[in-house]
Amino acid sequence: MFRKLRGAAAIVGVGLSGLPSAPERTAMEILAEAVHRALDDAGLKLGDIDGLFTGSSYHFLPSLSVAEYLGLKPKFQDTTMVGGSSFVGHLLNAALALHAGLCDVALICYGSNQGSGFGKLKTMSEAQPYEVPYEPRYPISSYALAAARHMHEYGTRREDLAEVAVAARKWAQLNPLAIKRDPLIVEDVLKARMISDPLGLLDCCLVSDGGGAVILVRRERANDFPKAPVFVLGCAGATTHRQIACMPSLTSTAAADSGPRAFEMAGLRPSDIDVVELYDAFTINTVLFLEDLGFCEKGEGGFFVRDGWIAPGGALPVNTNGGGLSCCHPGMYGIFTVIEAAQQLRGECGDRQVTGARTAVAHGNGGVLSSQVTSILGTADTL
Amino acid sequence: MDDTGSFAGPGPDFVHAEALKEGRFIIQECASCGNHVFMPRILCPHCGGARLKWTPIEGHGKVYSTTVVRRKSEQGGDYNVSLIDLQEGVRLMSRVEEIEPAAVRIGMDVRARIVETTSGNVLTFVPA
Repeated sequence: MFRKLRGAAAIVGVGLSGLPSAPERTAMEILAEAVHRALDDAGLKLGDIDGLFTGSSYHFLPSLSVAEYLGLKPKFQDTTMVGGSSFVGHLLNAALALHAGLCDVALICYGSNQGSGFGKLKTMSEAQPYEVPYEPRYPISSYALAAARHMHEYGTRREDLAEVAVAARKWAQLNPLAIKRDPLIVEDVLKARMISDPLGLLDCCLVSDGGGAVILVRRERANDFPKAPVFVLGCAGATTHRQIACMPSLTSTAAADSGPRAFEMAGLRPSDIDVVELYDAFTINTVLFLEDLGFCEKGEGGFFVRDGWIAPGGALPVNTNGGGLSCCHPGMYGIFTVIEAAQQLRGECGDRQVTGARTAVAHGNGGVLSSQVTSILGTADTL
Repeated sequence: MDDTGSFAGPGPDFVHAEALKEGRFIIQECASCGNHVFMPRILCPHCGGARLKWTPIEGHGKVYSTTVVRRKSEQGGDYNVSLIDLQEGVRLMSRVEEIEPAAVRIGMDVRARIVETTSGNVLTFVPA
């Protein structure tokens, strides 16, 4: 049954906003600008949108606030909140709603001003009562515990994690919209101020402004728009915990569950994928997700990323916009994996374009490695 | 929950907190599947069983993972945050004390104790 969703929906418009920064603007203003750009990209008008999928660190009732601000009257709305992975998950929910005829034009959108508005992570996340007495720094200490455990079990080195940051920076240097574009070498990452061992400052994503919007329609209409459609071939989510002490294994994430189901829906394997966009909140994320999604064996992620293997010119293009580590990270980054994947598949990424890319993974992470959502996108000839 | 399927009295979070105030760290044991459960719950996350009995922890554990949270010395300096696997089979967040934060090692045997802090009793661990 779920295979009927393969290719049922297509991305026909994407928009970015607020990059590299948007001082003196609200999160909603940044979101609205991204929506405007996505509509322009698709040749659609605001009034065409009848499905709304959004999430926020600012608005308790996000779809109501967005609908009010934009003047939308959505027939279907969804605010599934699984942190930064929400917006990848919205692809599946949008595909479901479109396929069922509950809406005709679906908008996924997000905006944040936490770079210039706060200068630190803005979150509505409640404290976890059984963690509070021990003062883990949220969210980095949880990721640090995962990194330490991965190093213990598999011999992963801090140098390997640094390679992730260096590869992201090299991609960012090819992306005019990326925030961090100055040269970076492994030694810089190793020498950076330690925050929560073994993760230092340059193992952490940016805190930035930014907005993103994605517009989808049913497959039958996919060719009625100015840009080449990008089809949602597969999408699946999974969760293992909310607080890090309840994660069954800190070296195996729910991506090991979401990934295979997304690939099954798409009828593809990891070796079929041309470009990979992973939610890199911290350097360990990229290592874990490459393993859990099947791009390498469990435990080999640290080895896999060495020697520029995921950098420009490497064997597997990963986080081609520069990722959360070097492009942008406005609190919740998931939608940016989708937008970069779609732009790669359209062939409009300039210096960082992966030649002939036909298939992409856009993978979202939420909470503290808690929620994983894997999407697989493809060009028309992959249908 | 009792055998009739009804709940009575305070919930398990409250019961756990009250015991901690009295200097006891208690976790639950599922009468249906035998697994231990932490954090406190109404239903066993392993089997869905509703008969969870309280039991004090033995206090023996092993460090599953560990980090040093860096903090300026004027704010109190660096401190340890660890995940501890208790002998009973549950994992919890805590810290290992009486040893340098960075000297805590994964796999280290640790022993539980309850310490009084300004915000109440807290379960911590020391090297066994």
